[in-house]
Amino acid sequence: MKPLSSPNRRTFLLAGGAALFGASGLSSPSPGPAVRSRVVIGRDQQLRKAGAGLDSSRLLGLLDRTLQTFFDRDTALEAWRQVVRPGEAVGLKVNCLAGRGLSTNVPLVDAICERLQQIGVRDIVIWDRLNDDLESARFRINEKVKGIRCFGNDSLGYEGELVTHGSVGSLLSRTLTQVCDAVINLPVLKDHGITGVTMALKNVFGAIHNPNKYHIDVGDPYIADVNMLPQIRQKLRLHICDAITMQYEGGPSFMPPWTWAYNGLLVARDPVALDYIGWQIIERKRAEKGMKPLRELKREPTYIATAADANHRLGTNDPKRIEVVEV
Amino acid sequence: MTDKPDPATSVPLSLRGPSVGRREFLRAASLPCLATCAGTLAGTPLAAPLFGSPGAESDAQFIIEAQFYEKQPYKKIKCTLCPRECVIDDRERGYCGARENRGGTYYTLVHSRVVTAHIDPIEKKPFFHFLPGTLAFSIATAGCNVNCRMCQNWEISQVRPEQVRSTYAPPAKVAALAQQNRAPSIAYTYSEPVIFYEYMVDTARAAHEVGVRSVVVTGGYITADPLKKLCKAVDAIKVDLKAFSEKFYREIVNGELKHILNALVLIRKLGMWTEIVYLVIPTLNDTDQEFQALARWIKTELGPDVPVHFSRFHPEYLLKNLPPTPLVTLERAKAAADAEGLHYVYIGNVPGHPAESTYCPKCRKVVVERVGYTVGAMHIKNGKCRFCSTPIPGVWA
Repeated sequence: MKPLSSPNRRTFLLAGGAALFGASGLSSPSPGPAVRSRVVIGRDQQLRKAGAGLDSSRLLGLLDRTLQTFFDRDTALEAWRQVVRPGEAVGLKVNCLAGRGLSTNVPLVDAICERLQQIGVRDIVIWDRLNDDLESARFRINEKVKGIRCFGNDSLGYEGELVTHGSVGSLLSRTLTQVCDAVINLPVLKDHGITGVTMALKNVFGAIHNPNKYHIDVGDPYIADVNMLPQIRQKLRLHICDAITMQYEGGPSFMPPWTWAYNGLLVARDPVALDYIGWQIIERKRAEKGMKPLRELKREPTYIATAADANHRLGTNDPKRIEVVEV
Repeated sequence: MTDKPDPATSVPLSLRGPSVGRREFLRAASLPCLATCAGTLAGTPLAAPLFGSPGAESDAQFIIEAQFYEKQPYKKIKCTLCPRECVIDDRERGYCGARENRGGTYYTLVHSRVVTAHIDPIEKKPFFHFLPGTLAFSIATAGCNVNCRMCQNWEISQVRPEQVRSTYAPPAKVAALAQQNRAPSIAYTYSEPVIFYEYMVDTARAAHEVGVRSVVVTGGYITADPLKKLCKAVDAIKVDLKAFSEKFYREIVNGELKHILNALVLIRKLGMWTEIVYLVIPTLNDTDQEFQALARWIKTELGPDVPVHFSRFHPEYLLKNLPPTPLVTLERAKAAADAEGLHYVYIGNVPGHPAESTYCPKCRKVVVERVGYTVGAMHIKNGKCRFCSTPIPGVWA
């Protein structure tokens, strides 16, 4: 396993990565093979109130700090303007399969919505596979009233035409194709019993009608291939991985004995880099707990390397080309 | 694969012309959409006026506990219905998409959840040695435990139950409808009946009670215990043997050949009437060596009397880049199987071809004449060739 590289923010800035992201267009979801990718990890150990609930104001502060660092902007709103434009319909692809306890946190989504509205976004759609999943994670379904809507793929269904890439052929969620101009991906940092880990790349399975077909062989190459579908690739603007509570074993279901209050967010435009760094975090925690590495359990997430290969170029899994900034 | 719910060759129930069957169906059956209901995904239902609203049926009535699975720690389960043996977390589904773990108990989501129903000639399944010239009341639910890149029914087989319109059709009702429509058999077909196993077995039992038989059209991806139980409930099984190489199964089917071969051997051992379809796909499974090896294996392991249908491929789903199978290739396949000593080798999806008919292996005369799905002259009497009295294996009455 490759070591986690972790230069500080200043080192990163000196290395020149900032210019890259500052210049990138809104619709560029991930860098090509010749550039460095940035993953910003923001953490706040005071994120939880004494009663175990999340402190909304601290969470908003953490989000702002992480985004500002990622985009190297002085204010949060300036940072958000690098992601979407006013007038765009913005999808927030959450992950709610595990229900309350290990889903994208509602207060995080609320904080993102607040900032998006402040930069002029008037149509936000919180979105996942099923209404039931969303409700189990305490989101409220609102299919009709514009502003902040929230519904699953079961509300609008799927397109009728197959889209294909490599090993996959799928129908795309109409929420993705017909509602969203841009998508911000909000996965959860967690272990997965079949694919090893699940974060940014795999969360995109929520945009297709047949994810059950693509879990075999550790999801490799299926997860990478799904991310190559143009309608997905072109709309993904940013990945904010919810690592407030992460889980290092027993996923994707919520298994409290194996959760860890990481109190963090991982932000990247490059989903491969984000997944690679997130995977290392999980492996380190597993090692700390005396657990075997995923490779020995035959669930090393090889799809991350596949997503980086010459046939996909969705980002980089080379730690030498990933700038990790911790704030 | 030949069996597709195609309005050109079959009669979707809800669209049938006036008849006792239709009146009975409309009045008694409460089946508002017994034509193909695969329209929800695309929003263009094939028989929209007769469809109910999506989700109009209560999900609860389709859900019963699955019969074949093992409970594991932490609310996980292992499905033991098919060789895939998915280990499934709470709130997750298996590869088939039709079974779900809910709190450590495994459920089928498709009992009585019909997405398509047609009355087809049984030759369309195809069964050539099972009640020729009769109708098969044919049903399917959503889902499949493989993902063949050439699937012609992917709009119902490669989706989850809630993604297509479906209707509630409990076993007794299906049996009654088959009887009312003068179909002596029910065919479980179009998608993959293994994934609606409990419904299939319950329906077969209900059908037997009213004198209707059951035939299964399957890829044969099933483990031994459920297969044994299935063979006690149904009357014939047709297996789509999609190739005779593990490479093909791995790359094109997402499965393993060895399990299908094991299932075929077990089916024959249990005395079930069996036919085999082999869809010949240009460049993928069409070599002489493969045809010969296939025929040799069938003769050795199953016997020379198992009918084999070499069917023409048409570009579908994820294999649209390949052409339809040339006739000469199909004839080459038949010649190879004939040469190995198989007695009943057919060519399928080529209407009017002489190899659609059944020939007596001894006197070589036509004993069942067919053109397309239409059966002409029948020269089998008491299970024997009318000309030379050679036994012709099958279920003829």
